[in-house]
Amino acid sequence: MSCHSGLSAVWAGINLIMSDTASPPEAVGGKSNTASISEAVIRIAGDSQDGIQAIGGFLARLAGRSEQDVMTFMTIPSTISGGPSIFQVRIGSGEVLSAGDEADVLLAFYQHSYEDHLDSLKKRGIVLYDSDHVEPRPEWKADYNHVGIPISSLTIEAIGGTGKDKGKNIFALGLLARMFALNVSKLEQLITERFTGKDPGVLRNALMAFHSGQNYSLGNVVETFRFVESQRKDSRQVVMNGNEALAYGVIAAGVRFGAAYPITPWSDVMEILRRELPKYGGTFVQCEDEIASISLALGSGYAGKVAVTGSSGPGISLKTEAIGWGVMAEVPLVIINVQRGGPSTGLPTQVEQSDLNLACHGGHGDSPRIVLAPGNVEECFYMAIEAVNIARKYNVPVILLSDQAIATRIEAFAEPNLERLCQDISPDLTPVPTYKPYDLSALEGTTPRVVPGTRILDGKYPIACGLEHDEYGHPSASPKMHAQMNARRRRKLQAFAATLSTPKTYGPPEGNVLLVGWGSTRGPLQEAVDRARAAGDSVSALHIKYINPLPPGLENVFAGFNKVFVVEMNDEGLYGYGQLAAVLRARFCDPKIRGINKTDGLTFKVKEILERAKADVAAGMNKL
Amino acid sequence: MSSPAIPLETTATATPVAEERKPLGKKEIASDHPTWCPGCGDFAVLALYFKMIERRKLWQEKITTISGIGCSSRFPYFVQAHGAHFIHGRALSFASGISLSRPDLHVFVFGGDGDAFSIGGNHFTHTARKNIKLTYVVMDNWVYGLTKKQTSPTSPLGFKSKTDIWGAVDYPINPMKQAIAAGATFVARTTHSNPNHVLQMMEAAADHDGFGFIECLSECVEFYDGAFDASNPRKGGQFNLVPADHDATDEQAAYKLADEPFPGYFGIFRQVNKPTKNAREAAVNAAAGEKFKGLKDWQILQKTFERMR
Repeated sequence: MSCHSGLSAVWAGINLIMSDTASPPEAVGGKSNTASISEAVIRIAGDSQDGIQAIGGFLARLAGRSEQDVMTFMTIPSTISGGPSIFQVRIGSGEVLSAGDEADVLLAFYQHSYEDHLDSLKKRGIVLYDSDHVEPRPEWKADYNHVGIPISSLTIEAIGGTGKDKGKNIFALGLLARMFALNVSKLEQLITERFTGKDPGVLRNALMAFHSGQNYSLGNVVETFRFVESQRKDSRQVVMNGNEALAYGVIAAGVRFGAAYPITPWSDVMEILRRELPKYGGTFVQCEDEIASISLALGSGYAGKVAVTGSSGPGISLKTEAIGWGVMAEVPLVIINVQRGGPSTGLPTQVEQSDLNLACHGGHGDSPRIVLAPGNVEECFYMAIEAVNIARKYNVPVILLSDQAIATRIEAFAEPNLERLCQDISPDLTPVPTYKPYDLSALEGTTPRVVPGTRILDGKYPIACGLEHDEYGHPSASPKMHAQMNARRRRKLQAFAATLSTPKTYGPPEGNVLLVGWGSTRGPLQEAVDRARAAGDSVSALHIKYINPLPPGLENVFAGFNKVFVVEMNDEGLYGYGQLAAVLRARFCDPKIRGINKTDGLTFKVKEILERAKADVAAGMNKL
Repeated sequence: MSSPAIPLETTATATPVAEERKPLGKKEIASDHPTWCPGCGDFAVLALYFKMIERRKLWQEKITTISGIGCSSRFPYFVQAHGAHFIHGRALSFASGISLSRPDLHVFVFGGDGDAFSIGGNHFTHTARKNIKLTYVVMDNWVYGLTKKQTSPTSPLGFKSKTDIWGAVDYPINPMKQAIAAGATFVARTTHSNPNHVLQMMEAAADHDGFGFIECLSECVEFYDGAFDASNPRKGGQFNLVPADHDATDEQAAYKLADEPFPGYFGIFRQVNKPTKNAREAAVNAAAGEKFKGLKDWQILQKTFERMR
């Protein structure tokens, strides 16, 4: 992946490609030392109130509009205001699978930004620092290419001083635009879109700051770069983060009611739904607590309007009793869990995949429910629709496991065909002759629901209930009935599992090592495969998005490999493997399934995965 | 009823034979035989619910009967109509979900004092303050009956139960004050021993456009025999109607009534007209819908996606 040009030792940190086919690099700003690159990782480090997310957002959106692939990564402090924050953007002309292990360019606003993040920069990489705030360390000067720019004072100079250094993020965006020969008119358009509607002075200042940064002469100190043309020019892209994708997926699916309680990092999903649903005649209710919100959602689902609720770990813990009711009463519901670090209040703004057990088994009694886990932002959109349709078909709560990393990362993906995807799921209230809600003769255990508002001509009306019940929903303490109803609830999931196909491996279906993952680790695992195979190692990856029930045929996939590592951002547990690994071991009794786990609140870096796998294989004296 | 929060596509299918339908009598509306103990006050509430359905000509497809957990919460099983038996304390929240997503239905919620004022206390407060359109009848027996005599949030000081063998030490909740303070727009008190009054209150609550709350004293003959004798003239007690000159829109006057020692007053303590949450959300939707008039749902979403290109 790192194709160094060799021509420019100073800029070896950037993935340079001397393109044979691309037209000769054009002069930028009167300089002609422009190199073509296939991708770049830019890390912006500052404080949370500096608007660094905004720069990252502009870069990501620009990439999307330029048919480039993009992925972002951010950390935010859990304090209300202030605290160190970073935003990392990886832009590529080819497929971008992770936010990048190391940065090509670090933009540091403060001394702590500089000192804390320099080690995330590649050796010989470029650190652009605000010389008004950062005093470079002499001992680091040899390893990294230091470029000091008085960002704060130049911003004040550009916009007249009244706003102090507010706007230095936009100035810095201008610098990056200059450095990477970014499309200035598209960026101006994005800035205009972002700031239109506010005080016109705000937009004027933003554009002045941007132009000032963009006109700053880097030429004497820094070479500039130009992205080679994207390979995917055909499709129009949209750019959003995982939480946005979930919210709009739910809307596309036809959901018109939801209820929730605010919690990080779930809150923006509910903010979007609260704002957007009225446009579609729907309502989203902010409730007094987590239990109320799942209860409202179940009430709506019972009444024929399949609803959504969501939260993050602590809130899902509170909802579990009601989830059990949804299973028992067979009422459809979609529950989104944007996972964060746990247990308890845990790490509110950091990532973890430690709610798989809660999702699959949370609550008392045997309560089979469906659990899905999207692997990237695009899947958040499509799986939200899928979750709604599964919930409706099988009349069961469906849990969508997202996490803080997908929630906050921005990706570009092909614009969905909304005319084809959007659906109307309003209930059918046509009178029916008779209705048995819990019909035991239904082979797969699924009975289409007849909801309130429907006249039932034989005069026998159903009760949706949490007590064990007979086929009409009336209480039954018969031991036989409980066994039969348990089987009915289980059979629905078995019927659903039978509709799934065996997931395909990324890389060959046979080999030495198989890296298994779920959720947001999908991209890093695939990049790990690319990197390992480029180095001659026999590594493939398998991403599992249907967590409960599991898709069929996984044993055949595992049989093709000597080692199976389940890579998860959760604890290795008492016995040396994480939560999905435990499920797989219980299911397949296969001791070659092992865990690669971590709980540092950060996403997996590609090299971390490979080093851990290598170490484990080496311990077993096998070649990777 | 306030205008629908969500346009219902299917009202046309409701009852093509409406004029032929006779009001539902007990034969049609009664379902399972109640599991309550002989003499339980809850029988009266059930019988009067049937009566109200008959008198208000409510059809089975136009109502839902919802409950939580407790003796009284077995209610929906005894009603031959759409209903749900939800989890402990959350019946109001569940019912709110129905009310806000299906404006064509009238939602009736029944429960006990444990459901309303203990495990579900938070939901009682918030459903009342949001003024969600539904009717809530709490059958208050001052004791946990289903679990066989533990102290309830309304048990008076000194009440001997299995969890307070020496007599209850915690001050009881005053349901009327609780409801008034939370902003309930219809607050009434009645007792199972006066069926005509129960029916009157139920009809008035059902007619109220908003959160209609009734505390109905309902004696548990098994675990708190004689609890309400002082309110029952047949047992030598006094049934005092809310004074004719009481102004139900006067919050302070309502508190004064609620402050009377037992047996206190029976009737409507408070009734005010305030827009429901249902109506307020409908107004939000009407304003939002105005901007997207004539567009299909996918076209509205497309407009949003265009901004994310």
